[in-house]
Amino acid sequence: MGVTSAGGELRYDAALSAWICRRLRISRVTLATYVFCYTGLAPILLVYWILRLQPIGRTFYLSFYDWHLIRPLKPFVGLGNYQDLLQDQNFLGALRNTTVFAVFVVTISVVLGLALAVMLSGKLRLTGVYQAIYFVPVIMPMVPMAIAWKWIFDARYGILNYFLSWFGVQPIGWLTSPDMAMAAIIIMSVWKVLGYNMVLLLVGLQSIPTIYYEAASIDGAAGWAKFRRITLPLLEPIILFVIIVSTINAYNVFTQVYVMTQGSQAAPGGLLRVLVFDIYQNGFQFFKMGFASAEAVVLTIIVIVLTLIQFRVMRPSVE
Amino acid sequence: MRGGPRLLFIHAFLAAWAIVMVFPFVWMLSTSVKPATEIIQFPPPLLPHVPTFANYVRAFQAAPFGRFLVNSLIVTFVSTMVVLVTSSMAGYVFGKYRFPGRTVIFLILLATAILPLETYMVPLYLTMRDWRWINTYQGLLAPYLMMSFGVFIMRQYFQSTFPDDLMDAARIDGASEWRIFTHVAVPTALSAMAAVGIFAAIQAWTAFIWPLIIASTQNMYTTEVGLAVFQKRYTADYGAITAGAIVSILPVTAIFLFFRRYITQGIAFTGFR
Repeated sequence: MGVTSAGGELRYDAALSAWICRRLRISRVTLATYVFCYTGLAPILLVYWILRLQPIGRTFYLSFYDWHLIRPLKPFVGLGNYQDLLQDQNFLGALRNTTVFAVFVVTISVVLGLALAVMLSGKLRLTGVYQAIYFVPVIMPMVPMAIAWKWIFDARYGILNYFLSWFGVQPIGWLTSPDMAMAAIIIMSVWKVLGYNMVLLLVGLQSIPTIYYEAASIDGAAGWAKFRRITLPLLEPIILFVIIVSTINAYNVFTQVYVMTQGSQAAPGGLLRVLVFDIYQNGFQFFKMGFASAEAVVLTIIVIVLTLIQFRVMRPSVE
Repeated sequence: MRGGPRLLFIHAFLAAWAIVMVFPFVWMLSTSVKPATEIIQFPPPLLPHVPTFANYVRAFQAAPFGRFLVNSLIVTFVSTMVVLVTSSMAGYVFGKYRFPGRTVIFLILLATAILPLETYMVPLYLTMRDWRWINTYQGLLAPYLMMSFGVFIMRQYFQSTFPDDLMDAARIDGASEWRIFTHVAVPTALSAMAAVGIFAAIQAWTAFIWPLIIASTQNMYTTEVGLAVFQKRYTADYGAITAGAIVSILPVTAIFLFFRRYITQGIAFTGFR
């Protein structure tokens, strides 16, 4: 850039900014600040608009079209995809399976997580070590962990069946029947998410002022009574938060199902069909993008409803 | 008197549970160094009688595992860097400045944070296809260039911890807003940025469904996708698959060992999934 042109731009900029300042009735310094703010936000907003907000909107748009990747004609079908969804046994089965999965994983992992958090919240030796151990699976990648569990669940050589044989249990075909596959995936997933729930609940427990417990002790309450009368009510918002977040995550289950039940010997649809797997298969294997989008909209609505429930219930306690 | 047995019971329970939690790792590690004959031995031996690294060698020979790891490292590194830049800039602006639209823009950024990638991956894939980003690094990276949670953490940090006085002092010295950000604000924010960076790295490293869709040829597979595909193809060779699985969790294990504090604090802070 030449000196003269730089000078020219500078004069032009000065005139422009003076004009903007007059129009907006703000000072030159304020204008410079605003410019800085918007430039600082520009990159993330650009990424956000193109790679998140737009796709979210387009999911709804696509769901109204018979949008097939290969076919040139992509006619508008209104609610046609949604009507098909109601007839689609794969989708309905997937929705049912995912719901069963979510109910079990959330219930078990929240109850166990709470029990562990209560035990760890006392002044105990080795608390940090226990916490760390319980938490490790949370941050681990899902694929290798699913591989590890797949081997544990192996019908013939798996160590779980060996342990069970000590108690006289006959070998179980964990990953060969849909019901047992569901049980296996639930066990694996509880193991994976438990530490997350525990950490959040533990933080909640530690934020309860000890004065409440002291007061309760003076009133003669002990153990279980303290837990029911003080801990549970005060912990309610966090328990609810954990339940909602776990449920949202559970509805997105995919990887462990893909790794553990999509073996070569299983049916092409897989042993255990879950919602995201159905979206994946319709969208990226059958290229029925419109139909897959309608399924994705259902998932979106589930997530939004869960979040709204959380906001609705939590509002009074936040105030 | 009540405390003694009760405490013992609690410790027994916690310890037993710790064993359950650790067991899959131990079992995976043990399987990965077992010779083939011991892997399919029943009852399964807990530890290998004749430990061997043959499974690791086979894993790298049967699959381009080195390439998968490099792909994952590239995606994780770039994603972490971009997320750090976008989050700290946005967090700083939201935390320290008042400007028209501040609250609205912030709420919009956060509002969709709950929606998982799975709900909008179909149109995002079509965008990638229009841009010819399928089977490229850009394509693998696309959803991992921003993190609402990162913006939130950085905003909290700058708003509550970074003093206005430092900014005013720098202004008096004639520093521009940009210079204040890069030379005064960022150096104080390193620990908050470490927390954001760790989450960004874990998120990118553990991503599965997106790379599964985007990587169409083997040379673009990430470690996760490569593992998932090869465990299907070589169901019989569990030793090699397990060895690959062990290699793939090493980076995350290292992050956990060094930065555990940041991770649990970050989760406690926002409930990031």
